[in-house]
This record gives sequence, structure tokens and C-alpha cells, in this order.
Amino acid sequence: MSFKKTPEPARPAAAKPKSGFSRRGFIGVGLGSGALGTGLLEKEGTAAPAGAANVAGPGPVPITLNINGKPMKLNVEPRVTLLDALRNHLDLTGAKRVCDRGTCGACTVILNGRTVYSCTVLAIDAQGKDIQTIEGIAAPGKLHPVSQAFWDNDGQQCGYCTPGFVMACKGFLDEHPNPTLAEVEHGLGGNLCRCGTYVGVRKAVLEAAKAIKGQGGKNG
Amino acid sequence: MANIAEQWPPMETRKVMGQRIKRADGPAKSSGHAKYASDFNSKDLLFAVYNTCPYAHARVTKIDTSEAEQTKGVAAVHVVAQAGAEIQWEGAEIAAVAASSEEIARDAARKIKVEYEVLPHLVREDDLSKAGSHAVAGGEEVVGDPDKAFQDADGVHEGFYSIPVITHCCLETHGSVVQWQGDSIMAWPSTQDVTTWNNQLSPNVKVAAANIKVKMDYIGGGFGSKFGPDSWGEAAARLSQKAGGRPVKLFLERSTEQKIAGNRPSAFAKVKIGGKKDGTITVFQATSWATGGFTGGGSPPIPYISKQNGMPNYRLVHTPVHINAGSSRAWRAPNNQQASYITCSAIEDFAAKIDMDPVEVFRKALEYAPKVRVETYKLQLDKAAELANWKQRWHPRGKGAGTTVKHGLGIGVAQWGGGGHNSQCRTTINPDGSVLVEIGTQDLGTGTRTIIAQVAAESLGLPYSGVKLAIGSNDLPRDAASGGSTTVGGVSVSTRRATLAALGKLFDVAAPALGAEPDQLEAVDGHIRVKGNPNKSLTWVSACKKIGTGKISEMGEFNSRQRAPGMNDQGVAGVQIADVSVDTETGIVKINKYVAVQDCGLIINPRLAESQIYGAIIMGISTALFEQRVMDEQTGRMLNPDMEFYKLAGLGDIPEIVVHLDIREENDKRGVIGLGEPPAVPICAAVGNAVANAIGVRVPNMPMSPDHVLDALAGRRA
Repeated sequence: MSFKKTPEPARPAAAKPKSGFSRRGFIGVGLGSGALGTGLLEKEGTAAPAGAANVAGPGPVPITLNINGKPMKLNVEPRVTLLDALRNHLDLTGAKRVCDRGTCGACTVILNGRTVYSCTVLAIDAQGKDIQTIEGIAAPGKLHPVSQAFWDNDGQQCGYCTPGFVMACKGFLDEHPNPTLAEVEHGLGGNLCRCGTYVGVRKAVLEAAKAIKGQGGKNG
Repeated sequence: MANIAEQWPPMETRKVMGQRIKRADGPAKSSGHAKYASDFNSKDLLFAVYNTCPYAHARVTKIDTSEAEQTKGVAAVHVVAQAGAEIQWEGAEIAAVAASSEEIARDAARKIKVEYEVLPHLVREDDLSKAGSHAVAGGEEVVGDPDKAFQDADGVHEGFYSIPVITHCCLETHGSVVQWQGDSIMAWPSTQDVTTWNNQLSPNVKVAAANIKVKMDYIGGGFGSKFGPDSWGEAAARLSQKAGGRPVKLFLERSTEQKIAGNRPSAFAKVKIGGKKDGTITVFQATSWATGGFTGGGSPPIPYISKQNGMPNYRLVHTPVHINAGSSRAWRAPNNQQASYITCSAIEDFAAKIDMDPVEVFRKALEYAPKVRVETYKLQLDKAAELANWKQRWHPRGKGAGTTVKHGLGIGVAQWGGGGHNSQCRTTINPDGSVLVEIGTQDLGTGTRTIIAQVAAESLGLPYSGVKLAIGSNDLPRDAASGGSTTVGGVSVSTRRATLAALGKLFDVAAPALGAEPDQLEAVDGHIRVKGNPNKSLTWVSACKKIGTGKISEMGEFNSRQRAPGMNDQGVAGVQIADVSVDTETGIVKINKYVAVQDCGLIINPRLAESQIYGAIIMGISTALFEQRVMDEQTGRMLNPDMEFYKLAGLGDIPEIVVHLDIREENDKRGVIGLGEPPAVPICAAVGNAVANAIGVRVPNMPMSPDHVLDALAGRRA
């Protein structure tokens, strides 16, 4: 059972929506997630007047994402999640698609300094934001202190949840540089592991906090 | 060639084996650079998506793929279930579409028009009286005279225990990338069986197994559910062929994964158990049933551990129930968790009935273990009780302090086989001193890479870093499926043999320079030297230079039909104790501490061995507290085919876990024994017993969720 992160709004309240589409609406169809999904789709889909200036799609649209400090251009349908854009279009496969419904945290990336489930963010809505993925947290050939701590404490087995855990841990330590064990358990409760690496993960997070402090608080 | 004794070096002389070396693939995994099959990308990659059956039981009457095929971007459509096909569970594969993007493939899969004749279904097995023809009882199995034994017993307890179907829920869903060009196939599957995956695909696609190349570096979880190519491997191949040989990625969506790609059988049992005042159990009787989905399955070996070994009287009737749901697959110690849960629950209830400390009743019950294991179990019981602070913390059932939050302790026991699977290894020593070890095995996250390198380095007298490793391809020497905790037993022996054979060749070429016979040489601390004479030695690199222009490359093999005493072994025992608190107002169970005492043989890497045990217990705690597949009889559907309502334990659910690996010379001499499964067995048993001890009544149904706990407290049968 997970303590989930407070759902992050996909966009700051002030930002102008670029799309009238809801991902929940699309994924709801045919997957049995019920009235909520399809209801949103109908409402939002019909709410936008024909020819409205800020309606994108439904075909692929050119977008630019600022990933790990570099602008990257790609063409995606407006319904494509940030996760799928990273994985399928940019070959940034560190973020994993596991639950695809904002439950497990395997797809965690850092968006404008906040950890988000990239499966719940649309790629087009991530434009103009700083997107940090696990591929961008350390120099080539180097390990980020959090990655190092996961290795040192064997907080990994099959490793499929590990990149998401590492990113969630990095984001957590940015906000909680001196965490207690209870804070770690709560703060990283939104990431799930199936192999059972939590004993190592707990140690890793506490050790990473110390390592980062030892480096003058520089966390990537 | 110099002959080198293959026996493992004595414990005290080992330099690399036995070290807590960090896992070899750790940096690749924790930096996100490890590429799993599901991470495969290429310019011409096609994405495939299934159309699946929404009914638990139906016949396909019509299928029309024309609209899907005409969709722009669709490259191929493959129909799995033609008109007339009878579908036996929800989520079953009907057709698959491959397209240039995942979005197009999803849209097109929905455009496939399928008409069904809906047929009657059964998707729940909890009420056996409603199973009708889906349930056919097996014969009665009787040993001794159970009726007389019950008459003679000082105490008799009757109980009911159930454990639900749970799903493997591998984080990387089942699937593969397959490219079929001409008469050859290249496959990148997520599999526990790199070596023979091709053999299983071959007859289905009529391509020679030798022409099917398989490669896999990393797998995102398997737990017994990911061996063969399955229908999705074949579908990906056919889509690739239809699409002119472009690679096709077909991985199941999470909801389909939960429905069709692996689950563990349930078990239900009405048990009557009897015995003497001194705690000796004399008789066990059970009417049990279980489902493993449509193919039935699930037959827990109860009474656990004692059945084949000495339980004097028992009567058993077991009924497999075939339901309209995805078939079960092997799960980390198949059938053992269920058997341990039912048996240990009954033992604990019997102990409460006769007012005895369960440690003493288990001690007597384990007299019925295989003879070679009885003393081990007794030592383990004592050690586990000591680590759990049993003497201070235990109280008779329901008699603990506390008003609304009650504390309890419970015991679970385990056994498992192990041994080694067939494995071949090639060790190559190059003139520059580099060493390459090649095995067509796979590392499921258990640490296989690391332990192979440790064995090779130890055998060559080199540091761990002196050995390079290649695994994960069927071009490499043949290994076998990773299942049954047999991998470490197989690869360690094949590696030892290949490496010593190569070292023997190196001794041959180095001996003249040392003025000695090859048989007089040894490899120690990066040197080849005359035994016991450090002055007559060559550094590793200068010895390897004597190889000249070629290289030394030797094979080694472990054949599971030929035992290798002292090298690997099978048969292990384990005792675990859960310490829990139960909130009797909310029904929430919190595990305070968990103790595992695990029988083991020679431990190659204590860090990774401990991780296996931690992992097994954490997975077990997840099943004991949260997991169950929920089926709706009305619609025939699985109600929680996701990770939102199919609950897994999180970081905050896991207590302090105390692992005691029984590392002793006596155990070490048995050789290497796998640890993936044995510690995964008794968690439900231990947690269930601790809850009963805490609240004073048995919660019959796993998981120990608030509704089940509150039902038991209120005297309701769920």
C-alpha cells in the first residue's frame, strides 16, 4: 500500500492550457476505467469551439522539450504522455512505464524542480519547463550520489523501479536534506518495488542525504 | 594438462568468494542506462497492441479487421482468435496490431470489430458449492487411521484457512521485441530462459531454433512467470514477418498483464488437526480446494513438510477448480506458500487449543521433517525465537497487554529443494592477461553476474575486477531457465570447472618458466607460483604472455543428472517469526519486526544472499497484508487489473527485518544452494499466526486486510 504523492497539477495554474485534451479521457476508452474518463473526454472535447486557436492535434504536432538542459524537438500527438515521448521518441528509457496510471513511480522525472509521474503529464504540457530525467543527473561515466547510494546499499534487484526511485529520492532530498526515517518512508511512499528492495532503499536514501551534505549540498 | 581439484577452497582461504561485493550491474541499473527489452528502440520499430476479450467466457462469432488494416500507420494485423474460437478468460488475446506509433496501434486495435456469443462463466472459487462441473474432487488419500487418532487425541481443532489468487505483477510487463527476416528471427524478450526461448518459439513459427537468436541483458521481474515466448512472442514474430521484417515491440498493457500473464493459485482448506497434551500432532485431515485459473492447478502439499516424512495419520481430499480466468504460472516456490500457510495456521491453532507455546508444538511437529533436516529446524526455531525475543514478547493467544492495539507473534516454516540446473561455461584467458567468462544465462536481479565473476576470480587467484563476463544470449554456451532456485547451483559449478580447466592449460604453458611440473603450480594473489613457494612465481600477466599468440579457451559443464557432492546441493529449511500489532478498531495490521533464519550452503556473496531474503520477505509481507485478485462473478471481470487497487507493499509497510544466514562450516561443505525461493515461503503463515496470537481469534482469509480482520473480530465469515 502506498502513500501517494499529492497529485501534481500538470501545469501551473497561471499557465495557459495548450491543449483541451485530457489524457484520462483518452485512456479511459475501452479500458473499463469508467464514466470519469469518458465523461471528461466528452466535456472537454466538446467544450473547445471549432477552430479555437489553442487546440492542438489530433495529429502529431511539433513541440520542443527542454530536457536535461537541452532543447529537443519532436513530433507527437497531443495525447502522448511525457513518459511515452521520452521513451518512444527520444530513446530516454531510464523512466519506465509500469502502471501507466500514476501509482508506482517508475516513471518519475523532475519537472521545474518538482518530482512528477511522467505518465500523468502530457508531453505538450511539458513545453517550456525544465525536465530532468535520470539520464541528466550525472556527468557521463559518473554516478550521481543517489545512484551511488542505491548501488552501495543494494537498493536494487531487477532494477526496473530503480531509476524512478533514484529520481524520487533526488527530488525528495532537494526538499528534505536532513530527513528522518519516517520522512523517508512517507516521502518515497509513492514508488513501488516488486523484488523487495526497500531495506536497501531506506539505507540508500539516508546515506545519499549524508553524501550530498558532504559535497556541500550539491544534488546534481 | 594439469589437474586441479574442483572442490571449493576452504572457507578460511577464500579471497573473492564470500566477499560482500556490490552487484556487477548496479551502476547500469541505478543510472538508468541498463537497457531492458522493453527499452528497445530503433528507427524502423513498430509498436504492437492487443485487442483483448472483455468476457470471461465467449465464442468469437465474427471478427473484422479491415478498418484497422486501413488505418494510416498500421503495418500489420495478426488475428489470434478466429471466428469460432472459444475464449475462456477475460483479457485473452484476440488480435494484435503493429503500427508506426503506439497511439496508432491502440486506436487500430480498438477498430477491430469482434462479435461474441457470450457463454456462462465461473470466475470465483471461494464457494465450492457453486463450482458445479468446474470442480471435480480428487480421490481420498488416507494414511494410518485418522478416525481412531482423533478419538485418541487429547486435543482436536477444526479450522478453515484460505489464501487468494495473487498476480506476479512484474514491473516490466511480459513481452518482447521480435524481428523476423527471411528464415531467421532476432528476438529481445523479457525472459527467465535465454537459452531455450528459441526452442519454444521454433515449432510455432516453423523457423529452425538455430536461426532464432535471443538476446537479453536485463529483465524487469519474472518470479516464475516469464519463461517461454508465450503467444505474444509468436504474435510479435508474425507481425514482423507481415510488416516486411521490421522489428515489432509487443509488451502487454498493465491491465492485460494482471489478467493473463501470471498468477499464483489460491488455496482453501477445512482442516481438522489433533494430538497429544505434550504437543505431538498425531493426525491431520483436510478438505481442500484451489484454482489455478482455467487449467486448474494448485495442489498444496499438506500437511506441509510432514506429509512424506512421518505424519502417522492423515486424510486428504483435494478439489481443483477450473475457473474462467487466466492460468496460473509458477510462483517463487510453487504451492509451498499455500501449504505452509494452511499447515502452520493449523499447528498454531492446535497449540492455542492445548494451551502450549507454539515454539514447542512446532518443535515437535518438525520431528516429522526429513531426518537430515530435523536438527537444523530445531536450531533455527531456537535462533529465530532468540532474535524475535520470543520469551519476553510472546503471550498466550489473545492475552497480550493493550486495549485496542494488540500485539502478537507468529511462526512460519519453510522447505525447498534447489540444486543446480544444466549449465555450460567457457572461460578464455588471453595473452594480455584478460579473462572472459561466457555463459548463456540470465541475471534476474538475483546477482548471477556478480557471483559468476566471483567464482571465476577466486578460481584464478585474481581480484574480482580481473574477470570480464558475457551472459544473456543464446549464442553463448548453453545454460537453462532460471527457476526453482537452481541458477546459482548450476552456473557456479560450470564456471568453476571451465575456469579451472583454463587455468590448467595456463599452468602447462607457465610451468617450464618456473622449472616445475604443471601439477605443482597454484594461482594465488595474481600470481602463478610453485605451491607454497612464493619465490618461484610469475605475475598473472607474465604467465599469460607464455600463451603466445593464441588464447586459452576451455569449457566447463554442470549436468543436473550427475551430482556434484560438495559443489552444490538441494534441500533447505527455514524458520521465520513475525511480530505484529493489530488495531482492533480499524483492523489494520502493522508488522513491527520480522525475523528469518535461513538454512544455506556455501554463500558466494553474503550481501546478495541477504538481499534475496529481504526481497522474499518483503514480497511475502505484501501478499500477507494486501494482495488479492478480485473477481466479479456478475461480469466475469477482474476488478483490480492495475496497481492502484491491486495493492503492493510500499516503503512504509516494511518493518525491521532481521536475517540470520546460517553460515557454518558444516553447511558450507554442502556447496552452493539457491536462495531465491526458500525464504519466500512462510510469510503468510507467520503473519497470520501473529495476528491470531494478537487478537485471540483466527483470521481465516488472507490477506490480513482490515476487512478480513474486522470480520474475524465480529465473528463473521466473509
